[in-house]
Amino acid sequence: MYSQKVRCADRFKIQKFKKGPARRMTVYLPIAEISVNLFLILGMGGAIGLLSGMFGVGGGFLMTPLLIFIGIPPAVAVASVANQITAASVSGVLAHWRRGNVDFKMGMVLLVGGIVGSMIGTWIFTILKSIGQVDLLISLSYVIFLGTIGGLMFFESIKSMISSHRGSTPRKKLHQHYWIHGLPFKMRFRKSKLYISALMPLGIGTFVGILSGIMGVGGGFVMVPAMIYLLGMPTSVVIGTSLFQIIFVTANVTLLQSIATQTVDVMLAILLMSSSVVGAQIGTRFGTRLRGEQLRAMLSFLVILVCAKLAFDLVVTPDDLYSLSTVGAN
Amino acid sequence: MGQISRTVGNVALFAAFLSFVNLHLARVATADSTLVTDISSRLISVNSDFTGAELLLFGSIKSDSNLDSFGHDDLIIVVRGPHKNIVVRRKDRIAGIWMNTTSVEFTEVPSFYAIVSNRPVTEIASAGTLKRLRIGPERLNFHSGAAVDASLPFQEAVIRQKSETNLYSDQEGAIYFLGDTLFRTTIELPANVPVGDYVAEFYLFRDNDLVSAQSSPLFIKKSGLGRAIFEFAHNYAILYGIAANIVALLAGWLASIIFRKE
Repeated sequence: MYSQKVRCADRFKIQKFKKGPARRMTVYLPIAEISVNLFLILGMGGAIGLLSGMFGVGGGFLMTPLLIFIGIPPAVAVASVANQITAASVSGVLAHWRRGNVDFKMGMVLLVGGIVGSMIGTWIFTILKSIGQVDLLISLSYVIFLGTIGGLMFFESIKSMISSHRGSTPRKKLHQHYWIHGLPFKMRFRKSKLYISALMPLGIGTFVGILSGIMGVGGGFVMVPAMIYLLGMPTSVVIGTSLFQIIFVTANVTLLQSIATQTVDVMLAILLMSSSVVGAQIGTRFGTRLRGEQLRAMLSFLVILVCAKLAFDLVVTPDDLYSLSTVGAN
Repeated sequence: MGQISRTVGNVALFAAFLSFVNLHLARVATADSTLVTDISSRLISVNSDFTGAELLLFGSIKSDSNLDSFGHDDLIIVVRGPHKNIVVRRKDRIAGIWMNTTSVEFTEVPSFYAIVSNRPVTEIASAGTLKRLRIGPERLNFHSGAAVDASLPFQEAVIRQKSETNLYSDQEGAIYFLGDTLFRTTIELPANVPVGDYVAEFYLFRDNDLVSAQSSPLFIKKSGLGRAIFEFAHNYAILYGIAANIVALLAGWLASIIFRKE
């Protein structure tokens, strides 16, 4: 009698236990106002975090379209991703900093430009929004910039891969001289082994800031190639420095979006963070093992892939020509 | 007014609706019958593991024994949700690229609209009655500044997209009658159901005439942590933004500490 009772209770317990995790697989996002699969969100965060650590890009240009694809409202996706990128970048910067791969001086100069630029970018965004067609502008600027940068990086890295394979590496000049090197306000960046005008990183920071204001991303995918090809910084320092700069740009976006639109979903951001910070740590380890040109080839391939998808969406006939949006939400 | 129309809760919000039903009944009601209805839950909480809910709607029809007309009774139950203004945009191909060209704004469109009936609604009541009671998604009043024939495809797009996301539904023959008088049905509230004020409306038809109607309020609200976050974000926007950033900084720092020890 007694043992039978126990067995019954055991069976009941097992059933209850089985049911529990299945029900908890979804989580309700309070700002996005939808329920999502917990593991899907965690998996996406982890994968993007891995890329973030490897390439020094925030990953916003991948994460935002992915979130929109699974049904998160675009405004919430952009704002929450900004918050998540801050966390991933902090984790990445600390890992790079320990390896001595962050040029703080360069980062600060870029940041000054970045803050000014993102303000200009947000201002342009607001004007274009009032005219309409802001979605098209975002898609077009993604296609143009991702296409150009991805293409350039891809061909350059393939070329250097081939030449290093042959073993006949042409002797690299320490640095090439362009007209920009004649600019005033020269500054010495020891970590980057550069002695250049402060106007250059300042200008690049501003330009990238404008883009990130319009496109709603950290701007790492523009910043990284700009630092390599325009400033001539060593690839090893570029990633840590880019992440350092991204922290502040995305933190600024999070704050501005919280105030202006209330679209930062902390629940979504925390879920993405918890997996992406882990991914970023692993990614950083991978990244340091890979050669510079291999890293650049992989990143450029990724950039081209996203670009192709966006270009395809612009040209191909959409499934539904109509789109709905709520007016004056909240 | 002689007809019976009981509200379960004394909610002022529905006074307007009831007076509309009463007016309508004054014209058509001849038979005497009572509709007693209820819903399984009037307050649905959306917490952090909300995966949707099933709403049970039930009640009884008391037929007048003299008339013995049971069998001709038809029921239509409508649950409609928070009304919002929406913009519908249409894309057209310009220079090879699809872009938004025309748009129509509709006011007071229900975010959720579910209808259940024991047989197709067009067999139950006349088109005029259905239109008046706004029964069926295609008979909803879509108010817009645009001309009716121009806005029609936009209206169809709203219904199509809302149906695809299970926010608009139409179940025919889904009301179960138990014995002579009892009935019950269920309406699925999907995980993406918007929060807000809802109304459950019960319409009893006899021989194509509306003989009784009831309406009950229903609320879907956020609860627990989700509600706290939502209210914090809306009431203390600056603090929320700062808090979000602190969380991000701590998360990044914590992760790097955990990984350093390896």
